[in-house]
Amino acid sequence: MKKVMIIGAGISGLFAAFNLSKEKDLDITVIDKGYFLNGATGRNGAGIRMQWSSKLNCLLSKYSVEFFENGEEHLKYKDSIEFKQKGYLLLSNDEEEHQQFIKNIKLQNSLGIPSKLLTKDEVKKLVPIIDETKFYSAAFCHKDGHLNPFKVSEALFLACKENGVKFHFYEELEDVKIQTNKVSKVITSKATYEVDYLIGTAGSFTKELGVLMNIDIPVYPEKHEILATMPVSKMIEPMIMSFSKNFYIQQVPHGPLIMGEGGNHHSTHSQDSSIEFLESISSKVLNILPTLGDVKVQRQWAGSYDMSPDRNPIISKTKIENFIVACGFSGRGFMIAPATGVLIRDLLLNQESSIEGINLEDLSINRFEQRTNEVELSFV
Amino acid sequence: MEKNKIIICPYEEVTMADIHKCLEMGFTTVEDIKRLTRVGMGPCQGRDCIHIVVDEISKFNHIKKSDIELMHIRPNLANIPLKALMEHKK
Repeated sequence: MKKVMIIGAGISGLFAAFNLSKEKDLDITVIDKGYFLNGATGRNGAGIRMQWSSKLNCLLSKYSVEFFENGEEHLKYKDSIEFKQKGYLLLSNDEEEHQQFIKNIKLQNSLGIPSKLLTKDEVKKLVPIIDETKFYSAAFCHKDGHLNPFKVSEALFLACKENGVKFHFYEELEDVKIQTNKVSKVITSKATYEVDYLIGTAGSFTKELGVLMNIDIPVYPEKHEILATMPVSKMIEPMIMSFSKNFYIQQVPHGPLIMGEGGNHHSTHSQDSSIEFLESISSKVLNILPTLGDVKVQRQWAGSYDMSPDRNPIISKTKIENFIVACGFSGRGFMIAPATGVLIRDLLLNQESSIEGINLEDLSINRFEQRTNEVELSFV
Repeated sequence: MEKNKIIICPYEEVTMADIHKCLEMGFTTVEDIKRLTRVGMGPCQGRDCIHIVVDEISKFNHIKKSDIELMHIRPNLANIPLKALMEHKK
């Protein structure tokens, strides 16, 4: 039996464990420094989309949407993971952004993603409460949607347990021992483990994990805030999003509106909520959806995006032979996690990417030294 | 009374059976159970329900209630309409 240790029981670590647990002769342990889903997985906006500007992200998300469409079956989950495909409606603000939408749709369609431009009449039909004078044009993909992060994580946790994966919560990594360029031991706040493979899926804390092995993992945490309102009757079907105005809003299946905006681009692990966010997001949302003024805010929270230099994920081997990292998701770790899990397995088994069109070189940590990837443009 | 008929949170529709399912899965903290069941995420933000969760954790794991950490309290303490927040900005 080869021993695999995964650091971080968020969505990427769970999908890594799930995929590896189907392989023979692997003994898998996942540790997490806090409660279940304390990090970005338990704090994200619960959206799933395939409308990206780069081929890499389109393919990673398309693979993942297809997984989630049959998620209950793949995970043998008796409950529902609440994957609701009511689409993402992206709003442009000017001709320049509109031209980018046209370019993106052409790429997405060429990869089999059914996105399209909508007329203002079509938008009004889709979201009757929208003020159609407040945006320039709109793109839509009906296969995008909402997924419940807690449900899908619970399903993964149960499937992993069924396959023999061990989970330790409230256990923190403290040190690693390296022998002949391999991690041999992992020392945590509770025990020492001998390992054959170490996998870092600790979100923006993966950088600190790299420091222990003298590896520079170029990610930084960026604080993003979200609010949830009281449940209201059904008003909005798709996720509505604007990159240039930097906000998104959706209504989740049990009624609350969830809305959020991007962060300031400085590095912080802070997860504090602010009144400035409430004021800013209310103004943005009421500008475009003016009838929502009486809806009451019920709760707010914050979480970290783990940002990489080109806003694309790092799913890669490192200069320490048996250490694999998956981080730098830049706000889409939740959406593409089924792909992440499969690619981590491919790396560990020393095989080519098993996702069509994906070259593991494009996700490698070495890309930042050698060349520049296409930078993803479509994000909040 | 059957556990699935004891309502812990009427807004998020959480029952005693849901709480016990988490305990049996091995989750023993309020923060874990909150995320798995949505208890504490409704309009009362835990004020009416979390003490019941603490009771159950205490009984199930034989730990003192005072040793069980409560959940992080999120803003806002009262529910505020979006338009009031927008006007405050102006």
